Order: sequence, then C-alpha cells, then structure tokens
Amino acid sequence: MPGVYASGVDLPDGYVAFVKASCPTCQLVAPALVRLWETRAPLTVYSQDDPAFPQGAEPLDDTDLRFSYEAHIEVVPTLLRLQAGVVVDRLEGWLRTDWERVTGINELGAGLPPYRAGCASRTLDPGMPEQLAIRYGGEKLRSRGVEVAEQEDEFEAMSEWGWTDGLPIVPPTRARVLRMLEATSRDPQDVVAVVPPDLAECTVEKAAINALMAGCRPEYLPVVLTALEAACTTEFNIHGLLATTWSAGPVIIVNGPVAQRIGMNSGGNVLGQGNRANATIGRALQLIVRNVGGGRPGGVDRATHGNPGKYTFCFAEDEHGSPWEPLSVERGLPAGTSAVTLFAGSGVQPLVDQQSRTADSLARTLAACLQAVAHPKLALTWDAVLVVSPEHARVFNEAGWTKARLRESLDGLLRRPGAEMVRGAGGIAEGMPASLAGAEIPKFRPGGLLIVHAGGTAGMFSAIIGGWASGAVGSEPVTREVRE
Amino acid sequence: MSTTELLDPTSERRPAARQRVTRPSSLKGLTVGLLDISKPRGDVFLDRLEELLSGRGVEVLRFRKPTFTKPAPVDLRYEIRVKCDAVVEALAD
Repeated sequence: MPGVYASGVDLPDGYVAFVKASCPTCQLVAPALVRLWETRAPLTVYSQDDPAFPQGAEPLDDTDLRFSYEAHIEVVPTLLRLQAGVVVDRLEGWLRTDWERVTGINELGAGLPPYRAGCASRTLDPGMPEQLAIRYGGEKLRSRGVEVAEQEDEFEAMSEWGWTDGLPIVPPTRARVLRMLEATSRDPQDVVAVVPPDLAECTVEKAAINALMAGCRPEYLPVVLTALEAACTTEFNIHGLLATTWSAGPVIIVNGPVAQRIGMNSGGNVLGQGNRANATIGRALQLIVRNVGGGRPGGVDRATHGNPGKYTFCFAEDEHGSPWEPLSVERGLPAGTSAVTLFAGSGVQPLVDQQSRTADSLARTLAACLQAVAHPKLALTWDAVLVVSPEHARVFNEAGWTKARLRESLDGLLRRPGAEMVRGAGGIAEGMPASLAGAEIPKFRPGGLLIVHAGGTAGMFSAIIGGWASGAVGSEPVTREVRE
Repeated sequence: MSTTELLDPTSERRPAARQRVTRPSSLKGLTVGLLDISKPRGDVFLDRLEELLSGRGVEVLRFRKPTFTKPAPVDLRYEIRVKCDAVVEALAD
C-alpha cells in the first residue's frame, strides 16, 4: 500500500524493513532483502525477534520493539521508503510487483511467488500494545503517578490516601487503566462531566481509573460514563443528593441490549450482591463522586443514616420476562436502545402479598405500602421506584392490565383526604400543611412513581425504592442513552 | 521487589484556600443578613434571631434560598455580599 505518511520517528532515509524470523512470509522475502542490501542501496532492516535475521542484510536489533512501535508497524514484513525523514512508500506483506517498483530493481523477487500476506507484527501480540503504550506511549495518560514504596502494602496505602469507600479497590496501574480505556473510542482527555461538590472536570481517563478501582471490566465503561453524565445534570442534582441528611444516593437502572451484553443481573437477587456488573458500575459512580468530585461522608455528605446502596446501587430491568414496556421506553427512548436511568433512592423496602390473585387486590396492596414512603402523612415531595417481581407482574398480566392501567389504579388508590394528612391529624405533628385539609392529596407528583419489572421468578413480593426531595427542589430522574 | 506506580484517581487539585473575612469586633452600625435555606422551621430560628439583633439596633436583612438541596444562586450570593457586613445562615430540621 504505497502512500505518503508523515513519520514522527527518527528512522534513517532510504529503505527501512521490519521483519521477524518466525514469520514465513519474512523468511520468503529474506533473499529479496539480501539482494537489495547487496546493491548497496540505503537499507536498514529491523528484526523483531532474531537479531541475526535475515543473515546477509546486517539487521538491527528491535526485539524491544521501540522502532516497530514508533513506526506504527502492524504487519511484517513492512517496507518503508523515507525521503528527508518522511515515509513516501509503505508496503505491507509481499507483493512482488510493488516491491520491484518501489526499489526500482526488476528482478528483486526473482524466483519468489507474486503474492504472500504478511504476519501480525509482534507489537500486536496479546497484551503487548498496553505494555508498549506504557513503555513508549506515556503521553496518552495525564494522571500523575503515585508511588507505593517497596515495603508498603498497596491496599493499605490506597485506603490511607482516602481513595476507597471502605472496601478494597483494584490498584489503578497504568497497564490496567490503558486496558480499561480500550473499551471506549473517546479520547482519554475528553471531559465527561463536571462533578460536584468540587465542580472538578472528570475526564474519560479519571472515570476509567475509578471504574477500574471499583472492579469494572472494560466493557462496563460506556455505562459508567453515561451514568456519570446523567448524574451530573442540573435536573438530577447529585450535589444536593450527596449533601442531604436524608439516606438517599444515586440508583442506576439499566435498560436495553447493553445490560445482557455485559452480563447484568435483572433476575434473582437483582437488588443484592453477586453480579460483577451490577456491583461495580454503581460503585464506580460513587468512587468518582468521592475522588474526582471530593464528596465524602462527614465532608459534604451529611447523611444521617445513609444506606447500604451508597456503596453501589445498580441493576437491570428484566425486559425479556416483562409484560410491560421497559422504563426507558416509558421515559421516551426508542425500544431496543441501551439506557441508564438515574434515580435518587433511599433504600429498599420489600413488600409481600401472597394472597392476591386479582389485579385489583394486588394494586391495593402496592398502594398501601407505597403510601408509607418517607411518611404516610407526607405526599408529593418523595418519588419512588416500584420494582414489580415476575410473580406479581403475572397477576396483572393475567388480568390484562397494562402498565398504564396499573398506574391509573395506583393514582386513584394513592389519594387520601387532606384532613387525614395535615399536621396534627391522627395525633401526629408531622404532615401536610393545614391549608390542605379540604383537599384530596395524591401521594406522588405526576411522573414521581417509576415502575420496573425485575427479580427472581419465585416470590409474591415486590420492592419499593423510596426517593428523596423530588423534582425541581431536589432531584428529577434522568434517563440517558448509552452510546457504545 | 520494586515500587509500584499507581495513577491518581482524584481531581489532583485542592480548592484554593480562601481567606476568611476578619470577624467584626462589634455589630454596631453593621448590616447582618439572615439566610433561610428553606428547611422547615428555619424561619422560627431566624425570626427570633432578627428580634434579638434588631433589639440591639442592628440592621437586619432577610434572604431565602429557593431550595435547601442546591447551592445558593449566584445572584443571591452577590446580593448578600454587597448588602451585608455579616451573614447568619440557618440550618434547621
């Protein structure tokens, strides 16, 4: 493939060949290189494995792959022709007519076949690109390096530096971070979001470091980046969510094909432990808020109790087994789109109903339990996610209830007379303002109740994830498409 | 064994340390702002504070954040800065 290439490396002018002895095509081409050498043409041969190969062409040792890496060699043999430091011809593999044209020697390939594909350059061996990037390509990463002394335990050191949420983290070495960054086509220095409370710019690189520390596999990174973008919007208000005395933290709900592709759990124990993607994506977001944003418990995080979900809270909706449209579709994205929805959630309250066999009865159970979110006498200021299990969804499905039908029923059931909810009513000082005594009060604001389908196939249980100050005064759920 | 190099996961910056304004030695002739962050019963505390300060001849101005969940808007912070010599922020629950 002839062409003009700019070369940023210090290669000699004339012909420059890259070969390895273990490549059959290079063995085949060796006589042609020796012939070119014998014409006293300006030829430099770099050998990637055997510094003595090819004999008779005085090869130079490139077993450390420095020249191969810097010349971006992907195939051996590669023949370059340079003029005044610029690559003016580049041939990969063996095509006799090309080699003879570029060298100007008609019989260069005498006795050789017209064409042989080359082999992969050693620079592309498994694990090698990362090693070489570290060795020669340090410019890609901008984060400062921190040394762990010889006698120091790196896990203890990272904990002392305040990098962790209390659990051990994966040590962010350059090689691991570079591998993580391969999962995205985005430039490592792209700014993903400005992270509160310090309002620090979080680059793809910083997000990757924290995702790695959280235990993410590289393929989770696009979900982490999208969750970070969504969390740092004005609507979601992660600043307030971090600072609040309330228990809540960010909950990430994943929809669409990405969930299955990266192996997320939407079934049994969906809100529990044991699935790496669920566990580490939620944790990555929290580590970014901690390390990049500077948000820490006792600092800007003023939670009275917090909740275990503040370590990590991420799960996928079971779309396959659901009788209803997914949350992301309900929230405006096309079906089949990968998406995350961020919700300011305060913890999980499971609920039981093993007796209801009619949709109406089950809806009454759900409403009765939802009424207790935050306080049974408070309404409109707390959102909630209702996680409907497969066995409960089956009851609605058998009755032909769509999600809209369930919503309509819950809307009606969740209205209570203001007189029962105002301050002082029922002997409880907490409650709605006295001015609402004559009103009928809905528990949730419009759009304040999110419904998803997830959980194991056995169990007539559902779960409520309570929210936080809702809407413009606090947090609005935010749904974003995951671009991979 | 050799040292291990890890990449810093933080923003690598500390917010510039800001110097606090010196505390006034007396409130005489000063204007004090009372900032209600919009938490329930914050006004109860500030009403009493206003009563006490006004009783001592201090000029008091009242301010209110739109919501306690978000930082005070830039304009509100600016207004407090230009109008007041000192400010008391009420955190209540």
